[in-house]
Amino acid sequence: MTNTSTASTPVIEQDARTKQRPMSKRRLVLRRFIRNVPADIGVVIFTLLVLLAVFGPYISPWEYDELDFMSLTEPPSAEHWLGTDVAGADMFALAVRGLGKSLMIGVIASLGTSVIAAIVGTSIAYFRGWVERVGMWLIDMLLAIPSFLLLAMIVSAFGSGANGWLALTFALMIFGWFGYARVLRSMTLSLREREYVQAAKYMGVPSAKVITRHLIPNLGSILIIQFVLGVVVSVLAETGLSFLGFGIQPPDTSLGVLIQEGSGTLLTAPWMLLVPMALLVALTFSMTLIGDGLRDALDPTSQSGGKA
Amino acid sequence: MSSIITADSAVNDRAPDHPAALSVRDLTVTFPSESGLVHAVREVSFDIKPGQTLGIVGESGSGKSVTSTAVMGLLDEAAKVSGSIRLNNRELVGLTDARMSKVRGNEIGMIFQDPLSALTPVFSIGEQLGEALAIHQDLSRAQIRKRSIELLALVGIPNAESRLKSYPHEFSGGMRQRVMIAIAIANDPDVIIADEPTTALDVTIQAQVLDVLKVAQRETGAAVIMITHDLGVVAGMADEVLVMYAGRPVEQGTVDDIFYRPQMPYTMGLLGAVPRPHETDSARLVPVQGNPPSMVDLPPGCPFAPRCPLVEDRCREAEPPLTGTSADDKHLVACVRSEEIVQRELSYKDIYPVPETLPSILADTQRLERDPILEVRNLKRHFPLTSGRFLRRRTGTVRAVDGVTFDIHQGETLALVGESGCGKTTTLHSIMELMPPEAGSIQVMGKDVQELKSRRERLQIRNDLQIVFQDPVASLDPRMTVYEILAEPLATQGRKKEQVSARVDELMELVGLESGHADRFPQHFSGGQRQRIGIARALAVEPKLVVLDEPVSALDVSIQAGIINLLEDLQAGLGVSFLFVAHDLSVVRHLTNRIAVMYLGQVIELGEVEQVFNHPTHPYTHALLSAAPIPDPEVERNRERVMLSGDLPSPSEPNVGCPFTSRCPKYRDVLADEDRKQCDEVEPQLVGTEAEHRQACHYPL
Repeated sequence: MTNTSTASTPVIEQDARTKQRPMSKRRLVLRRFIRNVPADIGVVIFTLLVLLAVFGPYISPWEYDELDFMSLTEPPSAEHWLGTDVAGADMFALAVRGLGKSLMIGVIASLGTSVIAAIVGTSIAYFRGWVERVGMWLIDMLLAIPSFLLLAMIVSAFGSGANGWLALTFALMIFGWFGYARVLRSMTLSLREREYVQAAKYMGVPSAKVITRHLIPNLGSILIIQFVLGVVVSVLAETGLSFLGFGIQPPDTSLGVLIQEGSGTLLTAPWMLLVPMALLVALTFSMTLIGDGLRDALDPTSQSGGKA
Repeated sequence: MSSIITADSAVNDRAPDHPAALSVRDLTVTFPSESGLVHAVREVSFDIKPGQTLGIVGESGSGKSVTSTAVMGLLDEAAKVSGSIRLNNRELVGLTDARMSKVRGNEIGMIFQDPLSALTPVFSIGEQLGEALAIHQDLSRAQIRKRSIELLALVGIPNAESRLKSYPHEFSGGMRQRVMIAIAIANDPDVIIADEPTTALDVTIQAQVLDVLKVAQRETGAAVIMITHDLGVVAGMADEVLVMYAGRPVEQGTVDDIFYRPQMPYTMGLLGAVPRPHETDSARLVPVQGNPPSMVDLPPGCPFAPRCPLVEDRCREAEPPLTGTSADDKHLVACVRSEEIVQRELSYKDIYPVPETLPSILADTQRLERDPILEVRNLKRHFPLTSGRFLRRRTGTVRAVDGVTFDIHQGETLALVGESGCGKTTTLHSIMELMPPEAGSIQVMGKDVQELKSRRERLQIRNDLQIVFQDPVASLDPRMTVYEILAEPLATQGRKKEQVSARVDELMELVGLESGHADRFPQHFSGGQRQRIGIARALAVEPKLVVLDEPVSALDVSIQAGIINLLEDLQAGLGVSFLFVAHDLSVVRHLTNRIAVMYLGQVIELGEVEQVFNHPTHPYTHALLSAAPIPDPEVERNRERVMLSGDLPSPSEPNVGCPFTSRCPKYRDVLADEDRKQCDEVEPQLVGTEAEHRQACHYPL
């Protein structure tokens, strides 16, 4: 067969291409992302927050559940860097612990919703027919249920104890994916008509493999954005629930719990509110910036493109 | 047809010294982009006189559409235009958009490629036509109505008066394009710009629309700029031709000069790469090697130099100017060696190396002695038309495939041809799905699809049955490397890892790609190379039959020739069979052994390709073949066309008798009333045996 290929192999074609090979997609996206200054700021803030949550407990002289009865409601000082709360716990240790917890919940819940939404959304679009009809009907029903009440009930039933936060994360995951699944299903509608999907089908590739190999990776950019913005949504949901007493249960803590406790002493001990507040704002703000930056970088029609 | 051409040339003869309607000088257009300044159009100059047609040809990305868009003043704001565009001695470059709007639609008429998006869906045809008239002329409502009816009648829309109230979705593609032509000529323009006006249409409709365009030109006496990649259309329509390459004209002359005496190696390559539907021989096509250059940073010298077989050192030094030769100052060429080409009377066969034809490994065996690979008998596929969201009611049936019969033997190619909507693609998918058909039977390698019960059994058949798709961009997963793409069918068939790796290298070489490039992503390859990857994927598991769904229609002619040659070589070397679906009849004639013509879901003619092309027996086949444009101006001029009236009927309407009666020229003009009765009442069946040339017609030609 070698003679065939020499007969029709365009030698020049090879050379011509190597010379003018276009920039790879990944590099192009990275370049566009880096050029976006707000997104870079977001990355820096987020990295600092993660570092703080991971290494904070090691540099803090106090444990978060260690009470210093000698200093109750003390303002920031050399001993307690960010002051103490009413019970004498160190604010820095508490804030670091709360930030870590909130981050964990946010990331895990968002990851979970993205995975569930991706699998459900692509599957109901790929299988078509009655699967799609029943699936869409179910999602529309689920969207209409009062998820907040159910969330609160689950947390009050299972939310106590050391692993209470897992119940909350799980609940956020279970009630968070419907809307995303609906969006991903409509994205898959055009993807499922692509010829490479048909080609795989006609090759005899099993449906589960078509979904994980061809459909989900090609929704990648949307999934990334969804995940990043999902972290913001989950963190806000967690803080909201904790603030109302349905979230993380003491003695464990989170940003929401700290804000709730601090809100009572805004005038007498403002540091108790301002510290967790600042961390929460920094966290959601940085994630939003990153999410926006990713969307602009991945969207070929956006205005963040270069000027020649 | 021929009468119209004489009328055309009469206009030209009458006004030889007429000043040019449109005169373009040194038109240059640049765009900013992520990777740098794109030089889309460089130093384009031409004149067109009233009543004349200028054909602009070139491959995709050669700048032909940007040139026409610049003339219309419709370029993006970021584009920089310099040079001069003079319409009736008035400068258009530098006019504001508001001033250009007065010119567009009045002095310049436009016809775009896609008539669906060019018309607004929310207004009726009458309103849109009326708007075009009212903007540029001071007419009363009654006058507008009268003129609209006149225009629609002129472009051949039946019942023009009642159709004014119709909306674009109620028209077929060909009819919409007629409406576009009516709007374009509404204000009696001096220049009509037609940008790929028939690319989206079927050949039979294309012939009708081109005819209407000629009528419109004769009525208005306008100069026409015809932009197309189809050399057959140019041969039939144009008086003058401008060949563009890398944003620059490389050859310019009368249509005969360009087709019979090309001087630029690129033009010669283009003409050599086109298969000719009117010629019997199956001489090899000559592909132009390589790809067009990037328009961002062009190397110095002739942009065609890297692909040119006649390249010399001086070609790489400076870009040759577009000049006439000493013998002929009207025929302009941008090539340093043009004088030499003329003197030595070189043709493309002398310049380009003609690849040799490989002998087929099955050449010694008669067709019917070879094993049948695929046998399709009276296949039917109907889709229900339903209404209602939850409780679906069946309101009708689309008979997409309604009686398809054909055989494919080892090592042969069968083409399914027909207009879009005739059921070609549905037939392919019905075969590929390997599900029991509604009616009829499909046998692959002697195994009836009806008897396949499990996924396993189907997977075994899939080892012998693979597919290549039309769009080389959409058919390869952009997230997978070429290695992963080629390994997918192998892994699905359960091949071991070591085998896969060796086979991928082999496949890359087989289709003429470097095996070292297997770790790249599809977007790093050009369209032609991607199609080669698609073919390699189909061949990976060594199938007996490959289904080719329009494999070359998305490619430029020079690239297309390389793929056609590759397919021929693969068939000769591997003995694989092809089921080929295409709308381009010239490619079909070149590549296939047998042909099945489809109309409204049925095969109406089936036979050896030479027999069918030389002596079509079904009136529809006859009309289809005569509508195909031929890249030869002389042949186009002297051709008698059989025009089909109207469009393809809807496959959802119930049908009694022969489905073709509504458009059949023989039924309309030749048959007596008592003979017609049979056509009206009895549905003709495919007669004859497998060895014969068969047709489904009561009165074959």
